[in-house]
Amino acid sequence: MTIKGKAYIAGIYEHPTRHAPDKSTAQLHAEVAKGAIEDAGISKDDVDGYFCAGDAPGGAWPMVDYLGLNTKKLRHVDSTETGGCSYIIHLGHAAEAIAAGKCSIALITLAGKPRTGAMPPRAAGAEVDFESAYGATTHNAYGMCAMRHMHDYGTTSEQLAWIKVAASHHAQYNPHAMLKDVVTVEDVLNSPMISDPLHRMDCCVVSDGGGALIVTTPEIAKSLKKPLVRLIGHGEAMKGPRGGKDLDLTYSAGIWSGPRAFEEAGITPKDIKYASIYDSFTITVLMQLEDLGFCKKGEGGKFVADGNLISGVGKLPFNTDGGGLCSNHPVNRGGMTKILEAVRQLRGEAHPKVQVKNCDLAIAHGTGGLLGVRHAASTAILERV
Amino acid sequence: MSETKKYPAPVTNPETAAFWDAAKEGKFMIKRCTACGEAHYFPRSICPFCYSDKTVWEEASGEGTIYTYSLMRKSPTGPYAIGYVTLKEGPSVQTNFVDCDLTTLKIGQKVKVVFKPTDGAPLPFFTVA
Repeated sequence: MTIKGKAYIAGIYEHPTRHAPDKSTAQLHAEVAKGAIEDAGISKDDVDGYFCAGDAPGGAWPMVDYLGLNTKKLRHVDSTETGGCSYIIHLGHAAEAIAAGKCSIALITLAGKPRTGAMPPRAAGAEVDFESAYGATTHNAYGMCAMRHMHDYGTTSEQLAWIKVAASHHAQYNPHAMLKDVVTVEDVLNSPMISDPLHRMDCCVVSDGGGALIVTTPEIAKSLKKPLVRLIGHGEAMKGPRGGKDLDLTYSAGIWSGPRAFEEAGITPKDIKYASIYDSFTITVLMQLEDLGFCKKGEGGKFVADGNLISGVGKLPFNTDGGGLCSNHPVNRGGMTKILEAVRQLRGEAHPKVQVKNCDLAIAHGTGGLLGVRHAASTAILERV
Repeated sequence: MSETKKYPAPVTNPETAAFWDAAKEGKFMIKRCTACGEAHYFPRSICPFCYSDKTVWEEASGEGTIYTYSLMRKSPTGPYAIGYVTLKEGPSVQTNFVDCDLTTLKIGQKVKVVFKPTDGAPLPFFTVA
């Protein structure tokens, strides 16, 4: 059994806010839900599947109640929590549920306000006594990956900087982007060192906001007015130190989720016209591009250099909304916005300056958790019909 | 900085209590599976490699090499260096480097375990050997 072509993304919405001191987290969820429902041209009472992750206050049942979803109709819920890639996993799970007839119109929401409110604490894992004192944060956990990648493959800070440069070229056209200034490799290298070898400009922004998706059956999607975008391949995977044996921080779980998605889709990385790649840090992008097969392991530095990720300039336009590095990173979770820009590209709704011509195949990929400690990855391959 | 930094006491649990009891005596313990022979860290009752329950405590040499590290330049408690050490016995362990020049750490450098006090059992860290 496959989910290939069995689920369509019929509605999308990205919250324009990047700073929301005057709103609640639940309110942001409601605003993005409303936005995606209106984009699809359906009613909230049509929703029969709901998907949310750890950012949803209280989890699924309080959110379903707060959002006023139709509980006589709602028949499928999924609160899979895998950090920033939760929403890419939700997309795959929604397709599975739709293919199995368990729901027909799924709503997926992400929202929160790390800039203006407290972040919900994460429950401790079995490793807590053996790791929590060492102060792993996103910055240093990704820094450890970058340090080892540089050691093993000769990757340089200049090469990593090109990823930020490309994102900034795209962000200048996004009116909602937090950082709209085009930057140079030198700007990145001259920004303060945060956690070696990552500079401030190697790091994504912190933003309030959110986004939502409506995923539905081919029949319902075709009855609506939006351009048709469908999921044709999906993969998910996890990776951790696993007892400390053969530790290798130079690859991510994308090395497994990517091939699963490409195999299901029946295409290869060469066929992809646009790539949304989670950019919590520049090193995240570089490692994931290698893991997904856009270049060989260790050659990511060469691949991203000289503007290769800039739309209209390079071979693989990426994160044309400016991504997490420049536009937004709602709730410190980049998976949702990766799907949203991929759908905009496939619909032809990206900014004209960054819209990829004849964009018929796109990838949305992300990780969740800490790349250098333990994390999940998910890959979605999307097609314009 | 590391001399004055306050570290959280391990909560401990029945599965790992022996590790913390040994730490109080300055011993750094790992678990080894007598079925498949593999050592692992952090310690589990069931071997994560072969799922045998025949795992036993073993005192490690406390010696290893830096697999990777990252120096966090600022934090509420000052700069600190997180990293992984690959132990002589095989497993790689997450840690902080202490009591040494954090700006000259190198991948491959030899390091050894040191314990730092908490309000409960002491915690293992590594310093340049």
